[in-house]
Amino acid sequence: MNLIAQLEAEQIAALGKDIPDFKAGDTIRVGFKVTEGTRTRVQNYEGVCIARNNGKGIAGSFTVRKISFGEGVERVFPLFSTNIDEITVVRRGRVRRAKLYYLRARRGKSARISEDTNYKAPKA
Amino acid sequence: MRSGILAKKIGMTRLFMEDGKQIPVTVLQMDGLQVVTQKTNERDGYTAVQLGAGTAKVKRVSKAMRGHFAAAKVEPKRKLVEFRVTEDNLIAIGEELSAEHFLDGQMVDVSGTSIGKGFQGAMKRHNFGGLRATHGVSVSHRSHGSTGQCQDPGKVFKGKKMAGHMGAARVTTQNLQVVKTDADRGLIMIKGAVPGSKGGWVTVKDAVKKKLPDGVPFPAALKSAAAAAPAEAPAEGGEA
Repeated sequence: MNLIAQLEAEQIAALGKDIPDFKAGDTIRVGFKVTEGTRTRVQNYEGVCIARNNGKGIAGSFTVRKISFGEGVERVFPLFSTNIDEITVVRRGRVRRAKLYYLRARRGKSARISEDTNYKAPKA
Repeated sequence: MRSGILAKKIGMTRLFMEDGKQIPVTVLQMDGLQVVTQKTNERDGYTAVQLGAGTAKVKRVSKAMRGHFAAAKVEPKRKLVEFRVTEDNLIAIGEELSAEHFLDGQMVDVSGTSIGKGFQGAMKRHNFGGLRATHGVSVSHRSHGSTGQCQDPGKVFKGKKMAGHMGAARVTTQNLQVVKTDADRGLIMIKGAVPGSKGGWVTVKDAVKKKLPDGVPFPAALKSAAAAAPAEAPAEGGEA
């Protein structure tokens, strides 16, 4: 392992994040820490994960899309952000692509994703 | 004025801070950084320390350089640099420098050889705008345009920015922040980018345009000093 990979592995271990297994197509809920003045609270953001970028490493991120008040909203979260309190998988989706950017052009019925009923957790 | 350090650029990564911020950092490694020789006023007319880092194969080091390293009783080094220092900041020959030379949050200037770009046009090399896409411009959309006036002066002035070789030159980036140091592995993490390619040698000095923070080690952070301090502590504990 080169030094950069080693440093990143150490940092991931030090952050101690428990990140569930999820992929594009899954509906996930992200608990994001919001600071208002001096108070911090956790704001939930729930939507479809439409992309995972840069793998499971320290540089990894994921995009969550939801329809908010009739308007499509996308947020990109760094996988190991210290602002993320918790990531929970609400629903497993069955999709055939790694990036679901085609959902941006769709609305309503055609933007649905069927549920993956025989999801198997990867072996640790 | 204290000595700078010589380090190898390892690569870039990011650090997540407690407050949710991410900091892009360049990782520099000090690889057996030792003082090889001193320049003194009496002999050389100026004061400086010569530092060496890395390891060179003995059979690939010239006889003259082998003698130079032998005089300092250090292993042959891959790279040598000199830092001008004031007389009270001279470091003893053979001393090994530690990454704690710089404090967290301190500002530094980093110099290195930038990545070579080869022969480049005026648009990439000097940020020229090029010519228009339409309105009769043909073939020369990325050219530099006019290079001067007419019969008077009748020449192109020296120093005119034109296409040519770009990169592979010594570049100094000023006022970069030291985010973290790791003395055990000799790592220095610097916020942002640093000139040069991975595996290239860079020199890190105290920033000339910022005030030196309190508590920086003078004349330098030395591994021998760090080794002596913990050795004393258990000895005291043993007596009690």
